[in-house]
Amino acid sequence: MAVNQSDIEKLAELAKLEISTEAAGATADSISQVLELVDQLQAADTTGVAPMAHPLDAVQRLRADQVTEADQREALQAMAPATEDGLYLVPRVIE
Amino acid sequence: MEWETVIGLEIHVQLSTQSKIFSGASTAFGAAPNSQACAIDLAMPGTLPVANEQAFRFAVMFGLAMNAEIGKRSVFERKNYFYPDLPKGYQTTQLEEPIVGPGVIDIELENGETKSIRLHHAHLEEDAGKSLHEDYQGMSGIDLNRAGTPLIEIVSEPDMRSAEEAVAYLKKIHSIITYLGISDGEMSQGSMRCDANVSVRLKGEEEYGTRCEIKNINSFKFVEKAINVEVERQIDLIEDGGKVVQETRLYDADKNETRSMRSKEVANDYRYFPCPDLLPVILDDDYIAEIKSKLPELPDAKRDRFVSDYGLSSYDATVLTAERATADYFESVAKTSGEPKLAANWVMVDLAAYLNKSEQKLADCPVSAKHLAQLIARIKDGTISGKIAKQVFEAMTNGEGDPDSIIEKRGLKQVSDTGAIEKMVDEVIANNQAQVDNYKNADEKKRPKMLGFFVGQIMKASKGQANPQAVNEILLKKLNEQ
Repeated sequence: MAVNQSDIEKLAELAKLEISTEAAGATADSISQVLELVDQLQAADTTGVAPMAHPLDAVQRLRADQVTEADQREALQAMAPATEDGLYLVPRVIE
Repeated sequence: MEWETVIGLEIHVQLSTQSKIFSGASTAFGAAPNSQACAIDLAMPGTLPVANEQAFRFAVMFGLAMNAEIGKRSVFERKNYFYPDLPKGYQTTQLEEPIVGPGVIDIELENGETKSIRLHHAHLEEDAGKSLHEDYQGMSGIDLNRAGTPLIEIVSEPDMRSAEEAVAYLKKIHSIITYLGISDGEMSQGSMRCDANVSVRLKGEEEYGTRCEIKNINSFKFVEKAINVEVERQIDLIEDGGKVVQETRLYDADKNETRSMRSKEVANDYRYFPCPDLLPVILDDDYIAEIKSKLPELPDAKRDRFVSDYGLSSYDATVLTAERATADYFESVAKTSGEPKLAANWVMVDLAAYLNKSEQKLADCPVSAKHLAQLIARIKDGTISGKIAKQVFEAMTNGEGDPDSIIEKRGLKQVSDTGAIEKMVDEVIANNQAQVDNYKNADEKKRPKMLGFFVGQIMKASKGQANPQAVNEILLKKLNEQ
């Protein structure tokens, strides 16, 4: 399977990445190479093998439902570029 | 042309856990902005999620109540999209292996019919934060307190054929989640939210039409209105030669219309993949059996029991069991008073009217189940008549105390003393000789009707406190003696 330049441009838009036209072409080539590797993997016979959801052969441990986090708003907001009335401010978004 | 409406609902329900699904921050409603958003909720680098056991327990309870398959192995996936109230850049959710699989639930329609609606699946996921678009220095404000609150998203099959059916299904889900106590189900606070997938097709056609997803429906009333207005829009569009475009539409309750939400955006492409930060969750049979053994009685079972144990009609039992609080209240009144039918009447008529008029919830009602039971007991033992009981009830709603002290304080005790009643009867007969003569001269068959006049006068003289049965007996005797 190969990807072309417009695939890369669409993915870049979805991932909110800026990519130049030249870079998009080069990226399409290198990603296509990676996908060739995937094609090889897909050729393997996986009959009877359950799909892997996680590389670790382990089970998620669950925690008890308790509030363990104290309010650290002041410390956390000290790192934010802009805040007001306890809110984090971001460039205006209106849907 | 005859059109058929096809509706599927996606219902998001906030689970009533103390802490978030992947962090130990509080989920309490109404806290100061961002005071309950910890480093994990903010997606600070280096943090890792740890899943909350209670969220799984609640989801399993729901699945069991829906007669659904329980996913003994469930996997979290990342749904990738960018929005400022989603700090990670993806929502942790489930897709391929959700916690609750296919199920089925019956809904009751207004014409008394029952219809089965299939559940496609229900999955666990995290809620997003809130964006506030008022002007903050020309920017948007973000409150992440809600980010990470556990949700179950309940996805139905497209089995509903009218707005009425959709509302009945939504109410059924509301009833089940509140009976289970897994959510407060408050639509006005966003604890329960509903998106509707709506399409139309010509009656008899096999293929579904192109659907639109309507978002932002935050009350039972709006579900009905939003669906009806969208159906109308789609039919008008097609009949005018147009085509329905698959899109997300927002319901505007003020204008009662739906409008397109995302026109310019690239088609949704969420690039789901299994979340590497979370391992698969495995629930064993013992865990599920333990939850099953502790399930509370559900609305349908309670309704059937009310019919068989208390002799209520199916309709009354359905009304009384729609909400758990009402059912519990009724049952307490019925048991304490020993008069289930009177109890049902008082709860469905007088109490319901009072709550409706005063816009109160049962939980805030000043009339306790114990006091209503006492009131009913006083009607039954002849202390007061049903009519006087309404006065006492009103005093109870004003917080004047328990029925016995109100009856005492206001002197409302029914007069069953035959001597006192005889005296009143004598007076009424003496003062209304003309009516007495009429009565004596009237045909036997007409007499019972004419009695009403005398009874009315006597009840008036006793301020409604004379025992009606005693009045009737004495009056008849005295009139016949005339």
